[in-house]
Parts: sequence; structure tokens; C-alpha cells
Amino acid sequence: MTALRSDRKRPPAKPETARPSRRRLTGLGLPIYVALALVFLLIPIAYTFVFSFNDSVKSNIAWRGFTFEKWLTVCNEPGLCEAFGNSILVGVVATVLATALGTAIAIALVRYRFRFRSSISLLLFLPMATPEVVLGAGLAAQFLALGTQKGIVTVILAHTMFCISFVVVTVKARVASLDPALEEAGRDLYGSAAQVFWRITFPLLLPGILAAALLSFALSFDDFIITNFNSGAVDTFPKFIYIAAARGIPAEANVIASAVFILAILIVVVAQVSRSARQKKLAKLN
Amino acid sequence: MKTMSTFAEAGADLEFVDISKRFPGFTAIENLNLTIPAGSFFALLGPSGCGKTTTLRLVAGLEEPSAGRILIGGNDVTNTKSFQRPVNTVFQSYALFPHMTILENVAFGLRRRKIDDPLGKAHEALRLVELDHLAARRPAQLSGGQQQRVALARAIVNRPALLLLDEPLGALDLKLRRQMQLELKSIQTEIGLTFLHVTHDQEEAMTMADIVAVMNKGEIEQMGAPEQLYELPRTAFVANFLGQSNLFTGQVTDSGADSITVDVAGRGIVVPRTRAQRHAGEVTIGVRPEKLLLHTEAPTTGAGINILGPGRVTDVSFSGVSTSYIVQIPGLGAVTVFAQNMVFGPVVNEGAEVWVSWTVDHGFGLEDEPTTGSRFPADASTSAIAIQRRAALETELEGA
Amino acid sequence: MAFAAFASSDAAVTKPPRRKSTIALVLLLPGILYMVLFFLTPLISLVITSFQAELPGGDIGDYVPGLQWQNYVESASEYLPHILRAFGYALVATVFALIISYPIAYFIGVKARRWPLLQSMMLTLVIAPFFISFLLRTLAWKQILSDESPVVQALKAVAILPADGHLTGTPFAVIFGLTYNFIPFMTLPLYTTLERLDTRFLEAGSDLYANPATTFLKITVPLSMPGIISGTLLTFIPAAGDYINASRDFLGSSKTAMLGNAIEANFLTLQNYPVAAALSIILMAVILVLVGVYVRRSGTEDLL
Repeated sequence: MTALRSDRKRPPAKPETARPSRRRLTGLGLPIYVALALVFLLIPIAYTFVFSFNDSVKSNIAWRGFTFEKWLTVCNEPGLCEAFGNSILVGVVATVLATALGTAIAIALVRYRFRFRSSISLLLFLPMATPEVVLGAGLAAQFLALGTQKGIVTVILAHTMFCISFVVVTVKARVASLDPALEEAGRDLYGSAAQVFWRITFPLLLPGILAAALLSFALSFDDFIITNFNSGAVDTFPKFIYIAAARGIPAEANVIASAVFILAILIVVVAQVSRSARQKKLAKLN
Repeated sequence: MKTMSTFAEAGADLEFVDISKRFPGFTAIENLNLTIPAGSFFALLGPSGCGKTTTLRLVAGLEEPSAGRILIGGNDVTNTKSFQRPVNTVFQSYALFPHMTILENVAFGLRRRKIDDPLGKAHEALRLVELDHLAARRPAQLSGGQQQRVALARAIVNRPALLLLDEPLGALDLKLRRQMQLELKSIQTEIGLTFLHVTHDQEEAMTMADIVAVMNKGEIEQMGAPEQLYELPRTAFVANFLGQSNLFTGQVTDSGADSITVDVAGRGIVVPRTRAQRHAGEVTIGVRPEKLLLHTEAPTTGAGINILGPGRVTDVSFSGVSTSYIVQIPGLGAVTVFAQNMVFGPVVNEGAEVWVSWTVDHGFGLEDEPTTGSRFPADASTSAIAIQRRAALETELEGA
Repeated sequence: MAFAAFASSDAAVTKPPRRKSTIALVLLLPGILYMVLFFLTPLISLVITSFQAELPGGDIGDYVPGLQWQNYVESASEYLPHILRAFGYALVATVFALIISYPIAYFIGVKARRWPLLQSMMLTLVIAPFFISFLLRTLAWKQILSDESPVVQALKAVAILPADGHLTGTPFAVIFGLTYNFIPFMTLPLYTTLERLDTRFLEAGSDLYANPATTFLKITVPLSMPGIISGTLLTFIPAAGDYINASRDFLGSSKTAMLGNAIEANFLTLQNYPVAAALSIILMAVILVLVGVYVRRSGTEDLL
């Protein structure tokens, strides 16, 4: 063990230069493969982005020339912006509900012992192991049996359901990694139960809760299968695309998807760069 | 609540009355009665799982006792919540809030109690531990030793009547630990609070505490000043947990006014009466390894000297300051001898025939029933187990 | 010693505080009630629906409660090809996704450790497809693989594809789409376990005379088993239930329709609810059995 550990401290450059040339070739093979694979993953994204500038008339299949127009008149496409607005509304409401309910469950699961614990874990795990088409059909069958009118409310109810499981998994990991001694220290330093929760527990869980909320919103925003079963006459952005797919997708849909994509990537990249900068600063201090 | 409205003027007595704590499946503490005098540095020493951390958590109010009462400065605090007690803890993991600066960490308790000028007082506490220049940093930007000092400042800034230390030096390396031991002790003397320190490190307990209580299986085995515990252990557990001991069991053959004589493998071993807890029947007596002398020739018997042997040296291990010898004495087993390295190299080599002797005044007699003595076998330290195993293996090999 | 310390402090922390169980109840109740109402009872109503009988003389979509177990036999035999396609396509797509993803995850998680920023940038690229609509990226592939596209023209020119051949509407296109869409689901869990892989084990492997291939097969792969299991499950389960890729308007045709397409058509278009429900239950049951056997055989039951 000690021998291996000291081995690790050796400057990494040394064994690499000592490698025979055949090894170096395979050493290059993996990065090249990964680069190609990442390009492959990005092809449809690039395609969608490029075709948001297509001067298309009805369907957006053949390239007819570059234009900015679709980006400026995106809401001229009938029903598109309404569907997009519905998606945002559903996403926000479902995220808020699922994050609140799921966070409470996650805290209870980690911090308390109670009966039916494993059944409750199973109940929360099962939705993630169930195909969406079954979740969608099940809810639709229930709404049908109850005579519930399908609409935006039923979509929100459905999205909240599948988001809860993901919130529980995400926040649970954060709660489990939280040292209980921190809360005990808060109590020891004269904090009441509410003060300890809001000044210590909650701020420390916040990154996990935010991550769970972002995940919920992304899942809800992109969901089509469950929505399709439970939306009735209401359109969301994915449902709009599904219906339009039969007759040809308008370039305006590409505009919205591209804009959402750029926004999401920006959020992620900014978060990563700032985290990396913070870590570098920390490393310098120590 | 009255106790927490002001800073404690001085340390307060801590009293346990018939405290028991049961968890589902096991009992951590059984019927504990203990008084810790105000202003003392009190160490609770014991192996892992002996109930010492539970004791501490009961005082802090992080656990509720199953039975009994806890009094601080004469006030019954058994039913008060953690945040209502004039007690602060330095946690084993320090438990510094990672999302707050050092200064805000230290000011946390003051703010909760709405005390004037929390930041000024926090700076003052940080100056005491010589870390005021790092007040704006986050805990993650500090070294282990610095974090430990912040945890200490965060606790003492509240001027608790009682400061609880839960193995606070466990995470530090040896050198830093020594340094912190001295600092803790000097801070305690300076501010005069009652410190309750929980540790499994006997050396730490002995160097820092005024009073040490050795705890085992939820009970206090023995309590007293460190020197007293070391010189005169009352049970086999204490004899072996606090340093090492050579223990022998035998029948009392003579019980005089000043001393008793115990038959150990055919030899009469004398123990002063005042140093023996039991004076008749079968008893266990002991002597510390460093009190033993090695002889290559049979020493002349005389008053005031106990002699055992001859035996054979089966192991010699050199450790710088001293050398430890294991001597196998027929009918007795292994005896450990520590000898100062007055000369270059060991005095005798493996296989040599030797006798051991000690001054009668250095022996002690335990109060354990020799039969129940096995309740605390010498397995408190792994080295003792290793020695026993080796001895057993050697006798087995010799027999074959 | 350390172990005992851990055990004792653990026992102290995990003791059930009786007084606080009311807090646990308050925290759990709303969410659990929600899951019961919108997950559990829908599954039950799905089972009830699957046994419904046609209302004699009723309209399309009118059914009465019954014990029509024949629904299962009839729908299973009628849609057997869909069932087989669903699990067959999903299986092939899962294998391809694993083969494609493992090197990516290995490179990001192990080789790129020295450059945390590069690591997180590459991870961002892996999950980038999540940020653009699932339907739009599938449609993009439809256009790229369409008969008029340069890709197909080129394949025809080098005679890989016959002159009258197509890519879209074939099982190849459906499996291609499924593989593409679920690669991020495969890569992320693989990355998570590989990122924690202690490279000293690999050094120990080569120290003990294992060549790189043996080290990989005997050490890296077994140690990344948790990631492989969750990745394959995260890919297989949604792929088996998917009906976008196989849909006629996307990458499939009527000849590639999967179980999901049959459920959608029966529920939403034909209003043949009992059949749709029976097919859903079949899908769910097969997946639960497969997952159960798979998880048991691979020896990791702590997925929860």
C-alpha cells in the first residue's frame, strides 16, 4: 500500500515519456474516438440550430437560404408560442411542487427511522423504473375512470409525479452527505429548531435542492410521452412538434429549441467555470 | 433560561445522578453517578464504545437520558433543550459551518442569544486562539489545526459554564496534537471554566486533566488524579488501559499489619497493605514494567525486594529511549520489562536466562475478583494480544 | 478501533427519536400521498381497465368493468411482433449504447482527471442533447438520414446501400435513434463510477503482471459494474417503452412499430382502452421481471 502510494507521487510525465511508440498511438486513439463521439452527439443539435436560419416556406426540410427573420417573428407561427408558454408554466409549477414535496421526503428518509421505510423507498423508486408510456396510460386511465377533464392541470399533476422521484434521489444524496454534527453544533450554539433549519440545514442543502429543481424543470420541459396521454386539447412545446411532424416542422420551432439550448448551456458553463475558479483559488490558499 | 441570559462568571459543577442511557439493543450507560467540580479540567477516558461520548452528548442535551438527572451548577437541566443549556461543545469533526466565514462561525452563538457586539467579541475570541487574521476566510480554507482552534473559539466565546471537548485532537497529527494539548490547558487555566474532555488517548488525558475518570462498559472504573491512577490502579482494566502492567494471580498466604504476601508460582510476593485493595483469598497483584529490574544472576533475596525467575528472554524490542523485554517465566507466563537504555544496545539477548525484581513499594493489589478479572482481559491493547498470541504459539511449538 | 468508534456513534445517531416521528410524518405525508394518488392508484386503474369488457351496443370507447382476462391473450397474440420489436430493439440499442459510451466515460472519468475544467466541459457536451428537444433531435436525424440526404446518396454511391434502399423507416434507423437518444443516460452513470475508480488498483493490476487488456477486463470492468448496471437499466427501460423513434413520422414505419406505438394508438386513437391497458401491464411486468433477474444476477441489489 505504501509503495503504491509513493508511486503515485512520482511526476506523471516520467512514465509517459518512457512509453514505446506503439503505446503512444493507442494513447492517442482514445482521445480521437472521444472527440468524434462528442461531435456525433452534437450533430442533430447543430442541424437544428442551422435550420433555425433557413428561409423555409412551409416545411423546413430543404435549405433555401439564410435568414434571421424566423428569430424575430417566432410567434407568428400559430400556436407555437402558446405551446411554449404552456411548457414553461407546467415546468415551473411542477418543479415547485415536486421540489417541495420531494425535499421533505428526502430529509425524512435520511434523518428518521420509521415503519414501511423500505416500501416507501420502493414507491419512490418504481416510477423511475416504469416506462413513461405506462405512467402516461395509467394516469390517463385514472382520469378517464374519474371523468376528469384533461387539460393543463392534469399535465401539471402528471409532471409533478414523475419529478418527485428524481428530486428525492438528488436531495437525498445531499442530505446524506450533510454531517449531523453541524446541526448539533447549531443547537449547541443556542439555535432553536427553526433557526438551525433555516440558517444551517437549508443553506447547506440548497445546492442539492437547486440541482433537483433544474433537473425537474428539464424533465418536465422535454416530456412528451406522459404529456401526450394527459393533455387533452392543450399543447406543450414537445406536443406541438409531434403534431407538426406529420406535416413538416416550422423553422420557428427550431428557433425556440435553439434559444432554450443556448440558455441552458450558458447556465451550465457559467456554473462550471465559476466553480473551477473557486476551487483554484482554494487550492492556492492552502 | 436564567443561566443563559448572561455569561458564566466561572465554571459550574456538573452532577450526574443515577443516569442511565439505553439504546435499542444495548445499554450505553448504567446508573452513573459523578460530580465534576467547578473549574476543573476533567477527562473521561475509555476505549471506543465505552459510553464516554454518550455521556458527553447527554450533558450537551443532544441525547436524553433514559433515567436520572443532570445538574449544572445545582440547576436541574435534564429536561431543557440543547440550546437552553449553558454548555458548549467542541465537536470531534469540529462541525464548523462551511457556508459561513470564520468570524460568522464564532459569532453564531452570540447572535442567537442576542448579545451586544457579537463581532467584536468574536474577534476577541479569535485573538485568543491567534487566528484573528483569518476571520474572513471559510473553514475549508483552513488547516486542521486552525479549524480546531476556530471550533474552540466558537465554543469559549459564549463563556459557557461548562465546555465539552469530544476527542477534539483526534484528527491532528502527533506534533500538532502535543502543541494543542498545551494550548488547551493554558486557555483553561486562563479563563477558569470547567472542561469536560472525552478521549481514548491515555497520554492526552494524563497530560491535560486534573482528574481522570476511566470508563468501561458504561461505568466508571476508577477516578482520580492522573499520577494516582497510574501508580495505584484498582482494576485490571485500568492497570492495562492506562499504560501496561504485569498482573499475577495468587493466594494470600500471610496478611500482616503493613503488607500481605501472595503466593505467585511458588514464590511469596509482598505488597504493601495500603496499596492492596483486598487482603485475603485469591487476589490479583501487579507491577508496572518500568519498575522491574533484570538480573542475569539470581539476585540475593532481601527485605523490600520481590523476585521472580528464572525465566527466559523471548523477545527484545528496542524503541530508542527504552528497550522492552519479554521474559517467559515457567508457571507464570510472559512478564514485560521496560529498561532505560543506559548502555549501548540491550543488556541481555534473546534466549538469556534472567530474573526480575522490584521494590515492594511499587507493587499494587487489585480489587477485581480474580475470576471476574477475565471480564477485562489484557486485550485492551493490540500489542498485548500480539504478545499473548506469540507466547501461546511458542509454547505450542516447544511442545511439538 | 476505528470501526468500533464508527459503529457506536452510528448507533447513537440512528436511534429512533420517538418524539420526532411526528416531524417525519409531516415531512413524508404530503409527498407519499401524492405518489399514492398519482402513481399507485393509476397503476391499479390500469389493471382494472385491462379487464374491462365492451359495453354491448355501446359507442366506441364505452366499456364496463369485468374480468375479461382474454384481453391479455388477444392483445398479446395480436401485438406479439410489437412486443418482440420493443424488447429486441431496446436490447440491441442498449448494447450499442454501452459499447459507444464506455470509452467516453472512461476517458472523461479516468484519463481527464488531471484537468477538471476539461472534464466538466466534456460532460456538458455529453448531456448537451438533453437541452434540445428530444423530438427535434430525432427529427434532425430523420432529415440527415432521409433518402435525399448526402449521407444516403454517398452510401448508395459506394454501393453500401442498394440503389432503391432507404435508411429511414427501417429497424436500423429506429435502433440508431434509440441508441443516439439514450447515450447520455448510459454515459452519466458510467462516468460516476469510473470517476471514483481508484487508479491504484490498475497500477496494482499491472504490477501483478496483467497486461492492459487483462487489467481492463479483470479490474476496471468489475469495479465499474454499478455504473454498467444503472446505465443499462436507464437505457433499456425507456427504450423499451419508447414510441417516438419507431413512429412513422420520425425514424420508423408501420413495419417497425413497437409496443409503445401500439399502446398509444389503442389508447389515444382507437379508444380501445382495455387493450392499451393490457399491453401496458405486459410491458411493465416484463420489464420488472427482466430488471429483477438482471439485478439479482449481477449481484447489486442496492439500487435504491
